[in-house]
Amino acid sequence: MLEIKNISKTFNPDTVSEVKSLSDISCTIEAESFVVLVGTNGSGKSTLLNAIAGNFFPDRGTIVLDGTDLTKMPEHKRAKYIGRVFQNPFSGTAPDMTIAENLALAAKRGASRSLGWALTHTLTGEFRERVRPLNMELEDRLDSPIGKLSGGQRQALTLLMASWIKPKLLLLDEHTAALDPKTAGTVIRMTEEIVNRERLTTLMVTHSMQQAVSMGTRILMMHKGRIVHDFKGQEKRRLKAADLLALFDDIRKKELIDPAAAEMINQLYV
Amino acid sequence: MSLLIGTFTIGLILALLSLGVFISFRIFNFPDITTEGSITLGASISAAMIVGGFDPWVATLVALAGGFMAGALTGIIHTRFAVNGLLSGILVMTALYSVNLHVMGKSNVPLMSDKTIITTIENLGMSVFRVSGDITLFGSTVPVKDVFTLASVLFIVLVLGLLLYLFLKSNLGTAMRATGNNQQMIRALGVNTNVMIILGLGISNALIALSGAVLAQFQGFADVQMGIGMLVLGLASVIIGEALISDKSLGYMIAGAIGGSLIFRLLVAVALRLGMNPNDLKLITAVFVFIALVLPMVLKKYKRRGAQSKC
Repeated sequence: MLEIKNISKTFNPDTVSEVKSLSDISCTIEAESFVVLVGTNGSGKSTLLNAIAGNFFPDRGTIVLDGTDLTKMPEHKRAKYIGRVFQNPFSGTAPDMTIAENLALAAKRGASRSLGWALTHTLTGEFRERVRPLNMELEDRLDSPIGKLSGGQRQALTLLMASWIKPKLLLLDEHTAALDPKTAGTVIRMTEEIVNRERLTTLMVTHSMQQAVSMGTRILMMHKGRIVHDFKGQEKRRLKAADLLALFDDIRKKELIDPAAAEMINQLYV
Repeated sequence: MSLLIGTFTIGLILALLSLGVFISFRIFNFPDITTEGSITLGASISAAMIVGGFDPWVATLVALAGGFMAGALTGIIHTRFAVNGLLSGILVMTALYSVNLHVMGKSNVPLMSDKTIITTIENLGMSVFRVSGDITLFGSTVPVKDVFTLASVLFIVLVLGLLLYLFLKSNLGTAMRATGNNQQMIRALGVNTNVMIILGLGISNALIALSGAVLAQFQGFADVQMGIGMLVLGLASVIIGEALISDKSLGYMIAGAIGGSLIFRLLVAVALRLGMNPNDLKLITAVFVFIALVLPMVLKKYKRRGAQSKC
């Protein structure tokens, strides 16, 4: 269970480029739930994910995962509990190293790294077994550099690497946004399969309303650094892509009206 | 023949330098100019300690440790204080100039009649094999002690090359290579990239200082100026090695760095024999490295243009 309490973050405070990215966000993500995070551009979805992963420390608030306080824990220590897949397919793998070496790095996520031989025979066998179900014919290419693979193949491997050791939390940051529709479909099917099989607690950011309504058990919608909608259970299941788009339209319309005028209209008519 | 043996011996001693440069330049992707200070540091520590009466092996090990600390310091300045990598190296290199002068007490320390690891090896070899004086090798007469020196240096380089290979293939070494390849990824897999950079630059400069220590004992002196141009020399060796062996797997790259150093020395010896002015050596080396760095880019452009004109 992930508990986020009163998280705030302002980038470049007291300068012209000041950005209030997260303002006072609180939410609890139940164990084994699959939460989809949607929002307008610059709403803070990715920032929230990065705050949880530890790319930066929040100005205020706490982040607790399964009773462990992560708030002040450096990124590389949190990696013990968190698996990540990035938007850019090139971010999640080391291009000049082989597929097997990349997997070996993932097999040691959060563990101490000794002077022992990284690619043992048993480990390579295990790689072959777990890469085969991807149906990408990578099991015979374990010794070729991962940089030679396509974006989709690399993203599929990154997903496999992020979940190689079962993480307490899986963070997916628009991990299909940079892929062509067909490959994106494959990676999405893989995501559902892994999350369901391993019963992973998952937080996924997406731009695709279709993915948002068809995947997961809960939708959080963000706007201007706040969570503005939260759909779960029956409500989430009934939600259609069109409903989400309508909500975005509402937000956009409210934007157009001056906040003071909006307040006045509210008092007069609502 | 005697000249050839000398050339190969220096080539092998400097192969330790190119192994060190290989780590910073090829694994962490930045040219670490600490090299120029740490090779001199290795030379001056070992020379000063040998003159001071220490065992030459102890002196060499202390030199190695000194190099490690110099490299780690560059790593700490770079990671903990977020100073640009090249600048961190420049700071440590500049500081080491004074340190080296302090270590030696003067700008040059000769090791004429002192016991060094080189003389120890020569004496050991001659007493074990019960030979002395000159022997005939491939039809020419060479001092037998030179042969022992070459063989021992070869042995040391091969052992260290193998150790480096085993280390870089270990769990820790793999994480270190990934740090140079994709920091974001390896942090997300739980590796403290700062520690990897500090450790890696430490190992790199330990090898470079060892190279300096052995070089000083071989040539019989340590000089505060001896580091100048050493980084570019190391880069040249690494690049020659890569040009010769197109295989980009780790073992071949390490072998290439060693072989590249040997070939570079051989080319230098031939050029000097043909009457090249020794003063031009560094200029020519720099131009060579420049061409080696730019050539692939130019060739690619040329190829692309060729492909376009065909359409």
